[in-house]
Amino acid sequence: MKMNLIKTALLATAAALSFSAQAADDTIKVGVLHSLSGTMAISETTLKDTVLMLIEEQNKKGGVLGKKLEAVVVDPASNWPLFAEKASELIDKNKVSVVFGCWTSVSRKSVLPVFEKSNSLLFYPVQYEGEESSKNVIYTGAAPNQQAIPAVDYLMKDLKVKRWVLEGTDYVYPRTTNKILEAYLKAKGVKAEDIIVNYTPFGFSDWQSEVSKIKAFGSAGKKTAVVSTINGDANVPFYKELGNQKISAEDIPVVAFSVGEEELSGIDTKPLVGHLAAWNYFESVKSPANTAFIKAWQTYIKNPKRTTNDPMEATYIGFNLWVKAVEKAGTTDTTKVIDTLPGLEVPNLTGGTAKLLPNHHITKPVYIGEIKEDGQFETVWQTKAEVPGDAWSDFLDGSKDLESDWVALKCGNYNTKLKKCSN
Amino acid sequence: MIPLPPFFMRLPLRRCLLAAIVAVSLPLQADDAVAPAADAAAETTAEAAPAAPTAYPDVIRALGTASLSERTALLEALLATKNPNTAAVLTAWLEDHLHVRDADGAVFITAEAEANYQLTDPLTMATAGSEPAEGFTKIGSNNNLRKLLRSALASFKLGNPDAAVRLAAVQEMLRAPDELTLTMLREQAKTEQDPAVLKAIAAGQAYADLTSDSADTRLAAVNVLSGALDGETLAKLEALREEANEPDERVRSAASVAISSIALKRKFFSAIETLFFGLSLGSVLVLAAIGLAITFGVMGVINMAHGELMMIGAYTAYVVQQLMPTHLAASILISIPAAFVVSGLVGIAIERGVVRFLYGRPLETLLATFGISLFLQQLVRSIFSPLNRSVATPEFMSGQWVINDALSLTWNRLYIVVFTMVVFAALQLILRRTSLGLKVRAVSQNRAMARSMGINSDRVDAITFGLGSGIAGVAGVALSQLTNVGPNLGQSYIIDSFMVVVFGGVGNLWGTVIGGMTLGVAGKLLEPAVGAVMAKIAMLVFIILFIQRRKQGLFPQKGRAAEGH
Repeated sequence: MKMNLIKTALLATAAALSFSAQAADDTIKVGVLHSLSGTMAISETTLKDTVLMLIEEQNKKGGVLGKKLEAVVVDPASNWPLFAEKASELIDKNKVSVVFGCWTSVSRKSVLPVFEKSNSLLFYPVQYEGEESSKNVIYTGAAPNQQAIPAVDYLMKDLKVKRWVLEGTDYVYPRTTNKILEAYLKAKGVKAEDIIVNYTPFGFSDWQSEVSKIKAFGSAGKKTAVVSTINGDANVPFYKELGNQKISAEDIPVVAFSVGEEELSGIDTKPLVGHLAAWNYFESVKSPANTAFIKAWQTYIKNPKRTTNDPMEATYIGFNLWVKAVEKAGTTDTTKVIDTLPGLEVPNLTGGTAKLLPNHHITKPVYIGEIKEDGQFETVWQTKAEVPGDAWSDFLDGSKDLESDWVALKCGNYNTKLKKCSN
Repeated sequence: MIPLPPFFMRLPLRRCLLAAIVAVSLPLQADDAVAPAADAAAETTAEAAPAAPTAYPDVIRALGTASLSERTALLEALLATKNPNTAAVLTAWLEDHLHVRDADGAVFITAEAEANYQLTDPLTMATAGSEPAEGFTKIGSNNNLRKLLRSALASFKLGNPDAAVRLAAVQEMLRAPDELTLTMLREQAKTEQDPAVLKAIAAGQAYADLTSDSADTRLAAVNVLSGALDGETLAKLEALREEANEPDERVRSAASVAISSIALKRKFFSAIETLFFGLSLGSVLVLAAIGLAITFGVMGVINMAHGELMMIGAYTAYVVQQLMPTHLAASILISIPAAFVVSGLVGIAIERGVVRFLYGRPLETLLATFGISLFLQQLVRSIFSPLNRSVATPEFMSGQWVINDALSLTWNRLYIVVFTMVVFAALQLILRRTSLGLKVRAVSQNRAMARSMGINSDRVDAITFGLGSGIAGVAGVALSQLTNVGPNLGQSYIIDSFMVVVFGGVGNLWGTVIGGMTLGVAGKLLEPAVGAVMAKIAMLVFIILFIQRRKQGLFPQKGRAAEGH
């Protein structure tokens, strides 16, 4: 018994010591929560490196609040429950001030309760399906109205598309995005028989029947386009099959929301040339900030051929927003930083400005590009001004009355009809 | 909402473009078409640059500074100049060989020569020296422009002496036929001699005639089109069946007859297509499973690293291709034996290093090989990076074999079906006709007896495992032509492989083939009806139920050996 008491006392002292050591420590810890192994490693490793590069650059400039930044990198290994565990580890054990991380929506959903419970801060850098707003998450990727809807508008108005194939991988992002798009298209007067929605499993590789179905659907004499929310590995066999069945981008263009420079760098781009992608950033966009970023990235990663992509830009914006907020607040205290964040503006890489809105989303320009043989995009359309991100879609029944405002309303899902916040 | 800039003019540009081409006196029917086209052209000018250039040198120069949307109007202006160099400029434009010199805005047709461009002046078609590529910006195109460019270029080829070129030109122009294309083609038909070209023009003409004012013309058109097979014709004819669209009873009934005949033929060809899809999916399954049929079926080793052996085979194909980037076709052929050897050696190493200590302990084998599979994945990730690698498809394997408008089969799938058959036959030969095969069968049937006959069972085990692994490597080469070459390649096939082997009957290669093909065809039959996700679930449920009824699979092993399992 006595031994235990002593032990406890010792532990308490040790804890207190370590705590004071921590406080006196002149570094600010930054958590990086990206998969470095497993299926998502292909995409997420890049973002881990991006954060590390940004931290290195920031430290060269003298750090933040006179302290150096220190990265704490963990590997959630593309395992969704492990994301939550690793997030707790970062927050509770490593006492990080902020976390940059997650890629898939399911990983974000998995860590959400952890961040909300411990009132920590997560910057999420990937385009997603919307229908979410958390006080503790800053969404620097595109909401559907910053990617999917403008892309469909482009197809409808400029390419005069009349028939639609919504082709997606079977999980939450494509399902929600397609629900929004279907509602949007129907609101624009597209008939139900001119839309087909189709889902395939993760990593699907036998596209023969699906592509043949698209071909048949597209040969009814009306201009047809495919809106693809196909994720990851399934894209290569899909485009290969399109190429083999001689479906050219001139006849049935495919606009993709998940195919970026990084994905294109690993594949034979011949069958993809001319197909479209909608993003908020292309490596090929000419701007001084982008040129500098690409150069810094290629130097950091020691590969002059390495590409940049949209989620990297979102990470860049998120990181700069956080630095700015911490400097303005004068502290890394999460509550104060979260209160300071809305309204802050930082330059994006395409020559515009990203502003953090009260709904924790940012303003972004929308680009539509055609895939070129070298794996880059040629911009064929872009919005004149930045589009503000909308957390709750205006085209879905459940969400069109909802509004997110963490400044005035202090609520992520305020119902404008019932005039109340449901959380 | 998002403000949408009027980037592209919302006009039937194709129409005014062709109006510009057809500056000849037109037959009567075309008159109504020319009037709106002229309006459209006027509108275009109003919406585009303030003073649209008309002289050839001005148009060429304007191309250098124009935005993508303005280029559409310039293309039309360019055609209107009728300059003899237009075709060369358009070809260069389509192939991304048209560049503007940043220094002075001069436009050149370029040819790449290392870091330099060989310049050709589009005004004189004289060479204009060679300059570094950095000083130039490409005059790009987009899908719409490329389509217009192709169509415009095709119209230049109508006068080509080669009938095949003329046929291709007509087909290109008919990709999106409108009144003016057809007018040009009608002109062409007057002088055209080649029957194939005439037939193509007649089919295109028939489309147009469907909207003719004369019921007799429409009827004739329906009769011409009743022999077609493509979906577009079907859609056009279906519109004619409605009384609202077609006042004449005769045309309506002719359309109905034509539709039912086309639909029947299409149904037949689509059944053949589905069958082919099924066989090709089946042959991929067989190819993936047949190596496993040896290690699992014949040796009884549950090898969870089987998928990773396929992955290693696919990476071997990648490495071979990197070593000989200029010989695509040869690199694929060489990678088949290379992958067999590499994967086979890895397999032997796994057998000697781990599996042989675990014979008769299936659970431990399963866990150990699963560990090996994770190890191999991460190893590949460390060596080749987690990014997918691309294995290019050689020319002879891309594209499709067009049998008719309703049926075409992709070459890569056809080759893989054939390849699977070859691999299966070779494997059967090895197992049935060689002394190694005899020993393998002997050891798998009765180890103790085989040993007492003087067979070195350890060596046979290693070689058998190596054989199965090598076949997995060969399957990997085939898969590199269909899907991503990445660290996760194997994982997507391991479950399917086990499914096929268990369904077909453990220890029976014929069972594996029949099982794989059955699952492939059944999957493809289900897919259009219930979707890819449900089809997969349905197949799994079916196999679970099937195994409940017939524990040994489709073709159970008979005799004493079976009891040993």
